Amino acid sequence: MAELTDLTVAEARERLKRREFSAVEYVDAHLAALDAAGALNLVATAAHDRARAMAEASDRHLAAGEPRPLEGIPIGVKDLFCTEGVETTASSRILRGFVPPYESTVTRNLWEDGAVLLAKLACDEFAMGSSNETAATGPVVNPWKRRDDPRPLVPGGSSGGSAAAVAARIAPAAIGTDTGGSIRQPAALTGTVGLKPTYGRCSRWGIVAFASSLDQAGPITRSVRDAAILLSAMASVDPKDTTSVDRPVPDYAAALTGDIRGLRVGIPKEYAIDGLAGDIDGLWESGAGWLAAAGAELREVSLPLTRHALPAYYIIAPAEASSNLARYDGVRYGLRVAGDDVTAMYEATRAQGFGDEVKRRALIGTYVLSAGYYDAYYLKAQKVRTLIKRDFDCAFEEVDVLLTPATPRAAFAPDEITDPLTMYLNDVFTVTVNMAGLPAIAVPAGLSADGLPLGLQLIGRPFDEETMLRAAEVLEQAAGFTARPDPWWVQG
Amino acid sequence: MAVDHDTVRHIARLARIAVTDDEVERLRGELSAILDWVEQLDEVDTAGVEPMTSVVEQVIKMRDDKVNDGGYPDRILKNAPQREGDYFAVPKVVE
Repeated sequence: MAELTDLTVAEARERLKRREFSAVEYVDAHLAALDAAGALNLVATAAHDRARAMAEASDRHLAAGEPRPLEGIPIGVKDLFCTEGVETTASSRILRGFVPPYESTVTRNLWEDGAVLLAKLACDEFAMGSSNETAATGPVVNPWKRRDDPRPLVPGGSSGGSAAAVAARIAPAAIGTDTGGSIRQPAALTGTVGLKPTYGRCSRWGIVAFASSLDQAGPITRSVRDAAILLSAMASVDPKDTTSVDRPVPDYAAALTGDIRGLRVGIPKEYAIDGLAGDIDGLWESGAGWLAAAGAELREVSLPLTRHALPAYYIIAPAEASSNLARYDGVRYGLRVAGDDVTAMYEATRAQGFGDEVKRRALIGTYVLSAGYYDAYYLKAQKVRTLIKRDFDCAFEEVDVLLTPATPRAAFAPDEITDPLTMYLNDVFTVTVNMAGLPAIAVPAGLSADGLPLGLQLIGRPFDEETMLRAAEVLEQAAGFTARPDPWWVQG
Repeated sequence: MAVDHDTVRHIARLARIAVTDDEVERLRGELSAILDWVEQLDEVDTAGVEPMTSVVEQVIKMRDDKVNDGGYPDRILKNAPQREGDYFAVPKVVE
């Protein structure tokens, strides 16, 4: 049965259609892998009964010869997506016990396409983090370890549970959200593919909001093709999210022709930062070489505002977060801690319910939006954001996609980074993309000197996921990344 | 910009988060460091630049101004920490 968990989504759905195995068998294999992986600590809420019931329904569709596009495919779901009848906490104490009476649009789209909810997976609290150390359920552990080094490593964040589950063959695919790199950074640190779509491509309705102008849902998979398949299912035009864009959803997998002859690939020189690990720099050069060998044309481009994207992000994202977090007040759902009056109740509830990083960001956000500071911080950052977008617009007049490293470093150990500012630097290559609302994908492309996965990032034009995915698949094929972690976590 | 203890307490009050004296001291250092770091944006000339309002150019969607959902107070109140009848209950606000 073990080999069932090695299949890609594309392979599994064909074999399910041919009835080589049932959806119940396929889902049970993944539930068993999940149950054996307690050491990874990646589950927010298990939903085995729900998973089996959905798999049985899939088997009925398959028996009737009417499979839907993702019939019987189990999906790990970041605990930021509201799932009707299944606890949803954003990995925060303040939402413990919250059972949504509604379903997020993205997960509804998946279930309507026949996919199966495997489990809710842990993330950094309210999706704020780059190491998945801040979940109320404790740190998630990366399936990967350094060669000859038994110490556990972080999976990246904030969609760390989703990335770890896909890397560990617990889920063939998972979904996450990306506000500053929260899909692509953990994908890079776990050797998986992580796709952030253009802002507006996937509905945000029913997703616990972090920073509303930056948040986007996307898939984490073990192949570029699977990411394309998932995105076609997740994306929709949703009247419940006014920022969801009125554009038909393409069949993204159909764009994977393998032909990138004449494609203009930009290499942004500002991404060659001090502190970039040597093996990542080398991999970036290899990646450019692979695309050139496939017929692409390389061009150096300049994105002058690159180094200002991260500080601007750390004004805008906390500002929006502080507003979005105002709803957690102990009145309508989640934790309530008693106080002498209503204000004391709010203050005690939020003091006990939020973790340190969430408090830090709520306070920074409150400060930069407060009277007297709004122009100097928030308005300034939004002007810088206009210039960042303009940089990309100019670059995309000359090139079709951009190739960059996905992260400045491979996976690191828990507690190795304790300073908030150093932690924020993990997102230096990914955050620019959110600021400009662009699509981007992290593709596993090689191993570090000590045996850890490293990723490259391709950035596309707005709503041109197809060109980006086509280039990503060529990159994936050329890199030939087949390494996988030793399953040290498997018990029983 | 370095923030002082009183500023941290003031922001925490605005954000409705109770903070202990130890937390105030720690947050003073952390918030000052973050604010110092973001001030590198002052190097960027933004004269005449419009602040971004939306990354995607889009006409704001309109909908008919009519009720299209609701009528299920039990579902709405299902997760309430405290309810009375069909209402969320909170500690007494006025005498």
